[in-house]
Amino acid sequence: MEWAIELENVERHYPMGNEVVHALRGINLRMERGSFWAVMGPSGSGKSTLLNILGCLDRPGRGRFLLAGHETGRLPDDALSAMRLKHLGFIFQSFHLIPQLTVAENIALPLHYLGWEAKKSFKRAAELAERVGLGDRLRHRPSELSGGQQQRAAIARALANDPQVLLADEPTGNLDSATGEQIMGLIEELHRQGKTIIMVTHEPNLAARASLRLHLRDGLVESIEGEKA
Amino acid sequence: MNLFRDLRLGLKNLMLHKLRSLLAILGVVFGVASVIAMLAIGEGAKGEVLERIHRLGSRLIFMDTTKPADGERGDTTRARMSVYGLKYSDAQRMSASFAALTRVVPVKFMRKTGRVLERVLEVRAVGTTPGWFELVKRPLLAGRALSTLDEEQAANVAVLTEQGARRLLTGGEGVGSALRIGTEVFTVTGIVQSAGGSKGDLKTPDQDTDAYIPLSSARRRFGDIMSRGSGRTQDSELVELHQIIAEVDAENNVEAVAAGLGHLLKTAHRDSDYEVRVPLALLRQAEETQRTFNIVLGSIAGVSLLVGGIGIMNIMLASVTERTREIGIRRAIGATRTQIVRQFLAETVALSGLGGILGVGLGMLIPGLVTQFSKMPTQITPGSVALAFGISAGVGIVFGLYPAARAAALDPIAALRHD
Repeated sequence: MEWAIELENVERHYPMGNEVVHALRGINLRMERGSFWAVMGPSGSGKSTLLNILGCLDRPGRGRFLLAGHETGRLPDDALSAMRLKHLGFIFQSFHLIPQLTVAENIALPLHYLGWEAKKSFKRAAELAERVGLGDRLRHRPSELSGGQQQRAAIARALANDPQVLLADEPTGNLDSATGEQIMGLIEELHRQGKTIIMVTHEPNLAARASLRLHLRDGLVESIEGEKA
Repeated sequence: MNLFRDLRLGLKNLMLHKLRSLLAILGVVFGVASVIAMLAIGEGAKGEVLERIHRLGSRLIFMDTTKPADGERGDTTRARMSVYGLKYSDAQRMSASFAALTRVVPVKFMRKTGRVLERVLEVRAVGTTPGWFELVKRPLLAGRALSTLDEEQAANVAVLTEQGARRLLTGGEGVGSALRIGTEVFTVTGIVQSAGGSKGDLKTPDQDTDAYIPLSSARRRFGDIMSRGSGRTQDSELVELHQIIAEVDAENNVEAVAAGLGHLLKTAHRDSDYEVRVPLALLRQAEETQRTFNIVLGSIAGVSLLVGGIGIMNIMLASVTERTREIGIRRAIGATRTQIVRQFLAETVALSGLGGILGVGLGMLIPGLVTQFSKMPTQITPGSVALAFGISAGVGIVFGLYPAARAAALDPIAALRHD
């Protein structure tokens, strides 16, 4: 079995004033390559903290986290950046495109940091835009696009570095249901193409479309449902 | 990765806030402009001084006779005679005492009337030695200059300047003509080019209508006493030499020799009836002036650049705050802190570099205006433009580091949540 994600007894505590918040109290979890997970739970259950750790934006306080077999716990900041650049793609609820860049430039951003030359990255950006249905919007600014189009651009950007794992944080949260449905379709297609997808959502009908559902409560795994790996 | 691309992206970001960027770089613009103007004015002044020194001769020392301020002496009704000035013995002693002197040329000036046939012209009769022609270096237009033989024989020969010759020798007479100077008859042996100096001043070597005669002849024919006045009071002066020009073997020795000559004259003369002029000292003086000028303009430039730098830093800090989310996005995608630093630094350098370009433009206008209004010569050197531009880029780096470091230090999670 090849694991995209392995968590062993992961804990994360934050100091908050004089208190200590126990965001994660010991998570044990393994996610197979190519699986499609929905992460659910009430607010304060540790969803965001878990996603930050999975996204290499944060390190576990205790325990071990392995991304594609690499442990991240002791890595310096630059190495974490390199992990994100190599293995991860982010899809955010509010798209997070850079407003002053064109669609093509936004999509090519990971390639810029990978050191691709401009011409080559533009070509790849154009291909990706075509793939998400934005082939004719390359030179537009994000503000000139609809919400659905912006999310498509963001997905194209998340795919630019050809990552193994896609992290989606309520990807349809800011979209109407019809547009959301299209985006979900796109995500499902990426899953079929072999990407590991981890999607945070609080909508049960969206979570139902994932193959596995992880329920968190009070920083612990409450249950995992769905086809067992 | 690619500095050029970073700069281009930086410039593109600045263009989103044209007015804001322009205001932010004003300080740098003025700072750079004053650096260029300062250097251009300094360079121009130096060029002018160097040219003047070159004209006067950088290895020369001039000693002039000056009339000492004397009180009333004796009876006003009786004829008086004042005796002052440089002596023949001074010149001899100089060449004997200083090995570094290559030439010592004594000069005697007299106002005389020159006549060729019926044509009359007031001339300055200059009694001097052949060495004079070596020092003043004026091209001979016709005939020959004064020779050592002329000096030894106290020959009645004269060399005219072009101007004088044109006015006295209008009848087609040339070298060999008879020229009456005062009461004596001389033969014109040569004509030298005039070197349009200031007219009227008896002591400038560049007189338009000079008649150069051997010093020995001048002494023998006209004597050392000049009389002036009429009626009851008659003033006469006994002046042996009006000027001694000394040439030193090397520029490095000029100042030391000048001091030595001054000392020599001081011991030989009771009154201060002479003056020592060193053209090279003008250079020192000019350097002193330029230094003062540079300090003033340099401070202005420094303050402008400091204020300009702070202005740029302020704008960049605002920009970092404004673009916190962008920084978070870039970090999430995989940008390292170093890459964020580079991005913002490139933007600051692009900003200050733009200020530098505008400043260079403005700075190149100022010297032109200075020249036009104050007649001060100015000169813009490529080096000064490069320096000014380099300074502006340096300001960008120095004042960009802090905002860039702030941007890089942001926590990506918090930055992403920022709105």
